[in-house]
Amino acid sequence: MANDEDTLVVKQDGFEKESAMSQDAEKVIDHFELFRGPEYTEMLANKKSMFEDPVPAEELVRVAEWTKSKEYCEKNFARECLTINPAKACQPLGAVFASLGFEGTLPFVHGSQGCVAYYRSHFSRHFKEPTSAVSSSMTEDAAVFGGLNNLIDGMANAFSLYKPKMIAVSTTCMAEVIGDDLNAYIKGAKEKGSVPMEFDVPFAHTPAFVGSHVTGYDNVMKGILEHFWNGKAGTVPKLEREPNGKLNFIGGFDGYTVGNMREIKRLFDLMGVEYTILGDNSDVWDTPSDGKFRMYDGGTTLEDAANAVHANATISMQEFCTEKTLDLIEARGQEVIAFNHPIGVEGTDRFLMEVSRLTGKPIPDSIAKERGRLVDAIADSNAYIHGKKFALYGDPDLTLGLAAFLLELGAEPTHILSTNGGKEWAQKVEALLASSPFGKNCHVYAGKDLWHMRSLLFTEPVDFLIGNTYGKFLERDTKTPLIRIGFPIFDRHHHHRYPVWGYQGGLNVLVKILDRIFEHMDATTNTVAKNDYSFDIIR
Amino acid sequence: MSANLDVEEVKERNKQLIGEVLEAYPEKFGKRRAKHLGTFDADKGECAIKSNIKSIPGVMTIRGCAYAGSKGVVWGPIKDMVHISHGPVGCGQYSWAARRNYYVGTTGVDSFVTMQFTSDFQEKDIVFGGDKKLSKIIDEVQELFPLNKGISIQSECPIGLIGDDIEAVSKRKAKEYNKTIVPVRCEGFRGVSQSLGHHIANDAIRDWVFDKLGDKPARFESTPYDVAIIGDYNIGGDAWSSRILLEEMGLRVIAQWSGDGTLAELEATPRAKLNILHCYRSMNYISRHMEEKFGTPWVEYNFFGPSKIAASLREIAAHFDDSIKEGAERVIAKYQALTDATIAKYRPRLEGKKVMLFVGGLRPRHVIGAYEDLGMEVIGTGYEFGHNDDYQRTTHYVKDGTLIYDDVTGFEFEKFVEKIQPDLVGSGVKEKYIFQKMGVPFRQMHSWDYSGPYHGYDGFAIFARDMDMAINAPVWRMTKTPW
Repeated sequence: MANDEDTLVVKQDGFEKESAMSQDAEKVIDHFELFRGPEYTEMLANKKSMFEDPVPAEELVRVAEWTKSKEYCEKNFARECLTINPAKACQPLGAVFASLGFEGTLPFVHGSQGCVAYYRSHFSRHFKEPTSAVSSSMTEDAAVFGGLNNLIDGMANAFSLYKPKMIAVSTTCMAEVIGDDLNAYIKGAKEKGSVPMEFDVPFAHTPAFVGSHVTGYDNVMKGILEHFWNGKAGTVPKLEREPNGKLNFIGGFDGYTVGNMREIKRLFDLMGVEYTILGDNSDVWDTPSDGKFRMYDGGTTLEDAANAVHANATISMQEFCTEKTLDLIEARGQEVIAFNHPIGVEGTDRFLMEVSRLTGKPIPDSIAKERGRLVDAIADSNAYIHGKKFALYGDPDLTLGLAAFLLELGAEPTHILSTNGGKEWAQKVEALLASSPFGKNCHVYAGKDLWHMRSLLFTEPVDFLIGNTYGKFLERDTKTPLIRIGFPIFDRHHHHRYPVWGYQGGLNVLVKILDRIFEHMDATTNTVAKNDYSFDIIR
Repeated sequence: MSANLDVEEVKERNKQLIGEVLEAYPEKFGKRRAKHLGTFDADKGECAIKSNIKSIPGVMTIRGCAYAGSKGVVWGPIKDMVHISHGPVGCGQYSWAARRNYYVGTTGVDSFVTMQFTSDFQEKDIVFGGDKKLSKIIDEVQELFPLNKGISIQSECPIGLIGDDIEAVSKRKAKEYNKTIVPVRCEGFRGVSQSLGHHIANDAIRDWVFDKLGDKPARFESTPYDVAIIGDYNIGGDAWSSRILLEEMGLRVIAQWSGDGTLAELEATPRAKLNILHCYRSMNYISRHMEEKFGTPWVEYNFFGPSKIAASLREIAAHFDDSIKEGAERVIAKYQALTDATIAKYRPRLEGKKVMLFVGGLRPRHVIGAYEDLGMEVIGTGYEFGHNDDYQRTTHYVKDGTLIYDDVTGFEFEKFVEKIQPDLVGSGVKEKYIFQKMGVPFRQMHSWDYSGPYHGYDGFAIFARDMDMAINAPVWRMTKTPW
């Protein structure tokens, strides 16, 4: 462990010093280099030794090493109450995601306002796009008297300022703890004239202390469909289903939604499928810089959302994001098919074959050719992946989809973890692993967090880690190279614009994995006259 | 659009513009928002607006909450303590490592800033209460992170609503482990913005750190030149590029609040001869308390841009003897060449450019001088969570005719920028992409857009470079199709 305690010059007297200066107007250096200059390193070393009451160097090393041990791993896994570095967010985040997939829709989150600032920032940091959502800004008085007035006033303001076609209401934990009743409140707001009586205000209760962001997605998607299909809050008759041969498609909470939705639409168009995407965020999170800010762009039209009841079937790409939604749809007589974020050849095969079966449309040769190209790419490159051990974490569906792809590539998934995965998820992963000889040494961790993963990476090391941006802390601590796939990705740009679904998407994921493997090879074979014989020009 | 207007025309334009945006609101709320929008009038010397009032619902306020003010701002950066986000998972998740409070330490072993500790409340915790869980969590923190110097409990909304007694748990556990454990009642529904969270967090330091000090011995011999940096969160290293100047002028910085700070530094602060306060908004409370209780004077300073830095160095030095006053002059002289070169390089590219700001804390006023050092002009500014005293202080910075907007709503801000067409907008990540799509250059002025530091002389060079790269990027020529 780096510790330069011994080399410090501790100045006890005469603090005046004429230190060096690294900054230069001609070559401005920022935090990356500035603080590595001698004037700052000395300053920080003095700060530490004189004022920080630092842990003695040997003790620090001892404890740091202990955190890597089997003993620590056991203590870490014995945790019952503390969660450290979880890979999940709360329901209302998913609620906002689902709401934004509909045309002209303003997500309205009933509760404290800080939450909405967080959701907006969180999405903007991932997509590098604006995210519009409003709050009812409840404070202490609303905690005592309930948030009815906040909702009445908030709906009126949101409607006047932002002219939405629909306001989709969800809740923060504050509103849930005090028990605000959205159904009654929205009726109250309409009676007070906040929005016209016939204006669409679907809603869902989305308590942050139940489930995770995927649950919130599910609740709002269900809430929106219920609203349109079951009589729009009593303003019109309940829709009678008249099957029209169309196919509904739901993507679920997906960090790659921009690229994925466009890829799915391309595939459906190639097949000539008549479809409705329920929840299409691909335009609202990918608007152009052309001098105009589009608060709303694209999305499922409200008419399509209503007519989706008449479809023959609904496909969900993410089972755990749509459990209640699919129950609702199935109860209206449609066939429902749920996938687990299919990635790679066989996952995409199954998806397209189901689409073909449900619609009667054959899979065209052009798509078969795309498939062949992905198989070709895997054949070209799999030698670099075969037998490599991978740790993997993320949302329940994504981890299933990625694990299946790793098995196809001949990789050996070793740790698969999902903080918001439960027993049912773990069983599915176990079944998947049992289906391949490459899955036999893998362990599945439901409900665990990234501090658990840290212990695993020390005690049972792997070659590569797949996860979101927060995996970089694991990469730093355990030196396991990170392949960034998941949500959120804050520290790499634009990956959400590229699909991971379809054969093209599989190719993108393959390249992400390969690039990291090759980078790692080059970075570990570049010491001149020591190991650079393996610094190959052709790989 | 505003290029050739004189001050009276600007004032008239602002008045019209404010009238236009207010028309979009339902009448009752237009009236309420009217009190937050205005134009600075140099003759009257006031911004003439109301502030620190509840945001109106449904309008896309840019504000956050008390938890954000306490965990996100004041407590989170204290590096050797474990800060537990107590409640459901989200609050801690969205604020996890997001604020760039730089620190040096071994994360997960003796430092914990970029970690997310949460009690991840489930329904049963809401129903049966979370005190037992909290108690067990503290045990688990002790077990897995034995080098932590203390623990803070950052309350999320449900804690105050379900009647948990986190103070009792903290007291009991503090005794059991002989350790600083700080319960903070920063539930997000308290107050109107982050601001009350700052205040509550300050009070928690008073009650659970200072008042528990007892007769703990000092860790060092005092000198007449001991100062504490208060209200610098070391975003991108700001506190470091400030500290270096103070040390170079002969002062000794015994504590940083709270960027790269430690519990030992908090505890040592009552021994400072002078508290020097950068972010007045978030830490004036504890500065006033130390003045009353320990007799420690405090002085506000501004380390953005060479003009304000020099003035601040001299003002700080005025509290000390001649050796320090000479030290201040020596520091100013040392960096003169860097300052001159920076201005010579960047001012010609930035001269006359107009800026609109909307930030929190101190920045809506503090950065104005830095822009002016580069020949730029701030024509609109406002605070997310400022109080009257912030707007009062703002009058010393802004020019006649500056548009002032408090707790601006997304709608208002977009309309203002659309009509005024400034050359640069400085605000946060939620605003950034909106204005860039409108073709307006933008810099995040909370996170320094992942750059920084911006404080001090070293930081000013970076600030100048960044403003230049924002405004003069070739991309802005291409937003319109050429056909």
